[in-house]
Amino acid sequence: MSTPAPRATSIPWIPLVGIAWLIPGAGHFLLKRTTRAILMFVCVLVSFLLGLMLRGAFFEPQYGDLFTTLIYCGGYIGNLASGAFYFISVWFGYNQPDVAGHVHDYGTKLLVAAGLMNLLAVVDTYEIATGKKE
Amino acid sequence: MPKMTLSHMEVSLVFAVVCSIVMGIVSKRTNIDRIQYGLYTFGCFIVALFGLGWLMYLGHG
Repeated sequence: MSTPAPRATSIPWIPLVGIAWLIPGAGHFLLKRTTRAILMFVCVLVSFLLGLMLRGAFFEPQYGDLFTTLIYCGGYIGNLASGAFYFISVWFGYNQPDVAGHVHDYGTKLLVAAGLMNLLAVVDTYEIATGKKE
Repeated sequence: MPKMTLSHMEVSLVFAVVCSIVMGIVSKRTNIDRIQYGLYTFGCFIVALFGLGWLMYLGHG
């Protein structure tokens, strides 16, 4: 007997994806995947907070050669992908300059990693909302 | 926000844990598959961490 295909939710996916981006795990929560929502939220939060505590820097878009554009614009998009965490920390005045040092560097990478993990959560929310996945 | 310092090893382990959990959640369709894939991903991170560490140590002379 084959497994039944996952059903699409009645909630429209566009606002759902927006909420999932703004608040990590919220998309899963609204789709009643509570455990996954909590895990997502905690993972993104831990990565983001560690990034802040290690005094990682946020990327600003910079243009020049291909690598500069790729790294700085990509990093900026990665930071933005953290949603509310990014906006709240900027709003509270977090402005760590990009200084040399391995600890700062770990922090910068963790801040981007938090955004990329949230991006995975957003894509997962979209797939669940459109019925491509349970 | 308190400031803290972590070693490369500690940061790598934290990253491996959170990344494995997220990969497990988004990649598979059943809970048992998610747990298995999360553990597999974590194992891969650890193997890469120690493997590359030793490779760099030995390659450095």
